[in-house]
Amino acid sequence: MQLAQPLKIATFAIALCVSSTVSAADRFVIQNKGSDTLVNVAQAWAEHYRDVKPAVAIAVSGGGSGTGIAAMINGTVDIANASRAMKKRELANAKKRGQDPQKLTVGYDALAVFLHKNNPINELSIDQLAQVFGRGGKATKWADLDVKVPGCGSDKIVVVSRQNNSGTYVYFKKAVLKPAAKNGTIAKGKYRQGTLDMHGSKDVVDLVEKTPCAIGYSGMAYANEHVKMVCITTKTGEQCITPSVATASDRSYPIARPLLMYTNGQPQGEIKNYLDWILSEKGQCILKKKGYAPIKNISCS
Amino acid sequence: MTTQSNQLASFDQRDKEWYIDKAIQIIVFMSGISAILFVVGIFAFVTMEGFGFLLKDFSISEFLLSPWWEPTDEDEPTYGILALVAGTASVTGLAMLVAVPFSLGAAIYIGEFASGKKREYLKILIELLAAIPSVVWGFIGLTIMNPLIIAVFDVPVGLNVLNAGIILGLMAAPIMTSIAEDALKAVPDRYREAAEALGATRWQVIYKTVLPAAKNGLLGAVLLGVGRGFGETMAVLMATGHAINIPGSVFDPVRALTATIAAELGETAVGSTHYEALFTIGIFLFLITFIINLTADLIVRGIRKQ
Repeated sequence: MQLAQPLKIATFAIALCVSSTVSAADRFVIQNKGSDTLVNVAQAWAEHYRDVKPAVAIAVSGGGSGTGIAAMINGTVDIANASRAMKKRELANAKKRGQDPQKLTVGYDALAVFLHKNNPINELSIDQLAQVFGRGGKATKWADLDVKVPGCGSDKIVVVSRQNNSGTYVYFKKAVLKPAAKNGTIAKGKYRQGTLDMHGSKDVVDLVEKTPCAIGYSGMAYANEHVKMVCITTKTGEQCITPSVATASDRSYPIARPLLMYTNGQPQGEIKNYLDWILSEKGQCILKKKGYAPIKNISCS
Repeated sequence: MTTQSNQLASFDQRDKEWYIDKAIQIIVFMSGISAILFVVGIFAFVTMEGFGFLLKDFSISEFLLSPWWEPTDEDEPTYGILALVAGTASVTGLAMLVAVPFSLGAAIYIGEFASGKKREYLKILIELLAAIPSVVWGFIGLTIMNPLIIAVFDVPVGLNVLNAGIILGLMAAPIMTSIAEDALKAVPDRYREAAEALGATRWQVIYKTVLPAAKNGLLGAVLLGVGRGFGETMAVLMATGHAINIPGSVFDPVRALTATIAAELGETAVGSTHYEALFTIGIFLFLITFIINLTADLIVRGIRKQ
């Protein structure tokens, strides 16, 4: 019964949303909630879709991937936005409550690795990143990566990460640390202790900009001219790939995360129409304009 | 009650003034007990939200002794707050090292030396310092102190115990100064006069007479500062570096209990174990603050009795 109170609050909040949107007219309302990464794009989609189909209204709210997925599990939203896949536990929870979450990839977000502009490093491999970010990783000083960073007298690598419920944090862990855990170098695929956990993508870039010893990761859209984006190789010796919309769309950039929309069961009716429109060239161009990569390479005017 | 007073009461007219009087009486009473109601209400709410965690996944030894705070790990989430407690304690400790000499010195100057206009101006300025929002202090830590600490000490990162300790010390100093100054003012002038009559110098008057007489109030000021340090959120979130770490020196980044709640609660699904664990930290903070206040009270009472 511990769930009763939070559930009440959640349903009350949803009821508020519903009452405020439905009152306008008896339109078909799609409830859409979740990832803060996707919320800007989702809002832009909702606004443009009003011109396509005035009879359908889409109520968009943020709150984070976890919040959207929780709402999906509770059956209070039609579409949950997520910048990470559902966890095993969440899937099991959803099944228990009779939901059948279906995943749809609506775009990609390339995660760039940022360095201070004085840092001489231009490319890093996924394994080197794991050694820097992972628990038990061998790289704790810049000398371990065979460089001398000007302005970083102590030579210690300052590892900048995100708070532990951010979708970015979860994806980077899965894409970079988990593979290294398989060959036994990184304990359980976890982050090392003592990473600076910033609250927001922009904070990561700001801190790296001011700290010569720092390395951090964030969505590519947050890059600026005062920091350096690292070219990433999957294996040492291979050709490195720079993060960009094009390399994320054709899946050649190794740490581009899919942006997802979850529905309960296969989408039908108006929800299916909306999702089809999102995947159409028109919808994908809106996504591209917001700085994310479309699911396939398209040229938008 | 006698019949006479009953008669008097019946003569007592229930006119407008009487009702206003009654109404104000009720309002004042409500305001008086509202503080208790709010405290009890907040404690009940925090406990209810965190209670599920205490029943299900809670292990007191892990909670208090494990330095690993990994509530979102898919395979084996851990809920240890040792590193967070170490972070809060180290920052608050350093803040007190900064704030106590500053605020006691300021209070002694304002209370015992400054006079007339100078005293009034200083008091207003110090109160103005207390009015700076904590997010502004945090911003100073982030943008000014961070590069400064890197440049001066040649350390890898300037967001650390030192940065947050100085910021928090400056934040706590104005309130501590005000309370300490009140405590000094509460010492009767005849103490000073008596000491001066015995031939004490000004410093001897302060050191031997005023300070010992005011020590309860001064201790109260310091403990209030400690409470402020434990409870402060925004500034420490921005200035500590927010890194889960048991600090080995003042140049290590750390993370505070309050900052953890602030950073993670917003994006945590309501009712999840992580959500409940954050509320359990809330219960813990509530208890710590309660213990600090209680100790302060007991010490002050103990001193008074002697």
